Amino acid sequence: MFYSDILQTFLQFFINGLLVGAIYSLIGVGAVVIVKSTKVFNFAVGDMLMLGGFIAYTLFDTGIPPIMVVILSVSAGVLLGLAIERIALRPMIGQPTMSSIMVTLALSFLLRGLTLLVWGGYPRVFPKFLPGHNFRAGGVLWSYELLWIFGGTMLLFGLFCIFYKFTRFGLDMRATSEDHTLAQTRGISVKRIFALTWAIAGVTAVVGGVFLGIKLTLSLGLADVGLKAFSAVIFGGFESIGGVLIGGLIVGILENLAGGFLDPSLKEIVPYIILLLVLIFRPEGLFGLKRIERI
Amino acid sequence: MRPSGVFDERYEDDIAIVRTKSHWGLLFALLGLLFTLPSILTPHFLATANHIGISIIACQGLSILMGYTGQMSIGHAAFMMVGAYTAGILSAKAGWPFLITIPVSGLSAGVVGLIFGIPSIRIKGFYLAMATLSAQFIIPWLIDHVRVDITGGVFSLVVPPPKLGGIVFNTQFKMFYLIMPIVILITFFAKNLVRSVIGRAFVAIRDNDLAAEVMGINVFRYKLLSFFICSFFAGVAGALWAYWLRAINTEHFTLKESVWYIGMIITGGMGSTAGTIFGVIYVTMLDEFARVIAPHLGGVLPPTASVGAELALQPIFFGIGILLFVIFEPRGIAHRWEMFKAYYRLWPFSY
Repeated sequence: MFYSDILQTFLQFFINGLLVGAIYSLIGVGAVVIVKSTKVFNFAVGDMLMLGGFIAYTLFDTGIPPIMVVILSVSAGVLLGLAIERIALRPMIGQPTMSSIMVTLALSFLLRGLTLLVWGGYPRVFPKFLPGHNFRAGGVLWSYELLWIFGGTMLLFGLFCIFYKFTRFGLDMRATSEDHTLAQTRGISVKRIFALTWAIAGVTAVVGGVFLGIKLTLSLGLADVGLKAFSAVIFGGFESIGGVLIGGLIVGILENLAGGFLDPSLKEIVPYIILLLVLIFRPEGLFGLKRIERI
Repeated sequence: MRPSGVFDERYEDDIAIVRTKSHWGLLFALLGLLFTLPSILTPHFLATANHIGISIIACQGLSILMGYTGQMSIGHAAFMMVGAYTAGILSAKAGWPFLITIPVSGLSAGVVGLIFGIPSIRIKGFYLAMATLSAQFIIPWLIDHVRVDITGGVFSLVVPPPKLGGIVFNTQFKMFYLIMPIVILITFFAKNLVRSVIGRAFVAIRDNDLAAEVMGINVFRYKLLSFFICSFFAGVAGALWAYWLRAINTEHFTLKESVWYIGMIITGGMGSTAGTIFGVIYVTMLDEFARVIAPHLGGVLPPTASVGAELALQPIFFGIGILLFVIFEPRGIAHRWEMFKAYYRLWPFSY
């Protein structure tokens, strides 16, 4: 193989990785919204995406007009988030991290079971409705769906950054994330913050589920992709939204390079290896805050 | 709380686990019942009982790590897998007897557990959970892709039944008598460990690791020790699992299993040896209930679920069961059991 060929292949894997990384970052948004505002680490993020995707698919399948599909699936996402918050997460206000981790783990299996019960285990193929087609530029094949996802993710990230930085609600959310009880004493309605956060997370789940359903097939395996993305984003450092974005992208690129040049099956574990190394050598993540603990 | 009229007259009385005559009576009655159990149970429930026994061993380890040392592990099934494959390879390829392979599996799993426990020096809570979660994906990949000639790769590794003298443990009935003594041994060990210096160091680390360090406890050493013991138990459980099913596959030890073990110790009550046993039985019974009830729900469930109703119902029951416990009784069944014991001892008075 000529040197330029290797470079070409490298570039292709790099671009693929970058775009796949955007998927991870997109899933990461769903997780990071919840962490940033409630300090709950949502292990059910993949399962929420899966359920959201299935709901949108079913609505799409009924043949009602697209605008109705959008409205209905977004409201379904809101309802899903609110229901999860009211039933499972509200009792966790002020509880130790371990309890909330356990709750989201239980939730993850509950949602998986429900999806299996209602939709069965068969994979579904989402109809292609995004405009555009794959094209070649600079000697690299670009997938238009992944470009859409990339753009959508960037947009969402921008919105969240502005939301957390400049709005009153964003400030309340950051306060709640710092300490539930303390935020309550300061007059912040933590319950309302929780509800709003999970409603946002529900909507992100539906949007993300649709994007993922277009790119990958809609199946129970999406939950595992969610978990992988979860580990991909935290190495950027959960405190920083930008860190999550970059973390997702880096993992996507490294995963595709390792999968392309070494062994395709490596793709499954590259995020976890990176995660383990980062946690050993730089526990706060790339851009995370170093916390000083006092007795 | 002591039953009325029981006094400690010697130091041995003070540290005794079994205190009164009725305690001893109950203990022997229970052991007697346990060892006549295989003759009473139907074959299916005998297999379930064996499964419960193996889960109890695994969960005692996890309970030491999570309940006493306060460290999170979502990779317990992966450590079990290490133990299972060690025992499987040593007995299938090298022909070692099970009396040696079981401790060796424990050690190998313990060492792997140490490696994944190293991040616990600097991180805790959620990040530690993620570090151990990575074990759940890295270890199966290594088994499936590296040295496939000895692990069998994605195909199951067939394990010969364990032999002791002329006895071949090749039925559920015989396996019961291999598993249960180990369960009793492990439970006894776990119960005593947490009352020792090591156990108290663990509790100190759980309550506040910085304060523990200030008091002169070597936090690093004890955290790693806790990971080692936890994984050692998992390895022993895994080895027994290998001998029990006699065919092992990475598919047996998925994330689901790890979460199930956490669920078991949560429902049982964190940091309680008896609670762990209750929790294992409770969660296993939930699974059994889902299995029994699934075929009868044909009319109620949507038609898509007809094939995998059991697979769908198990996570649903588990999820609801865990949610209810975490929300309404975070201290688990063990707490209720203590309350019942206190009530029983004082009856007919309320205090």
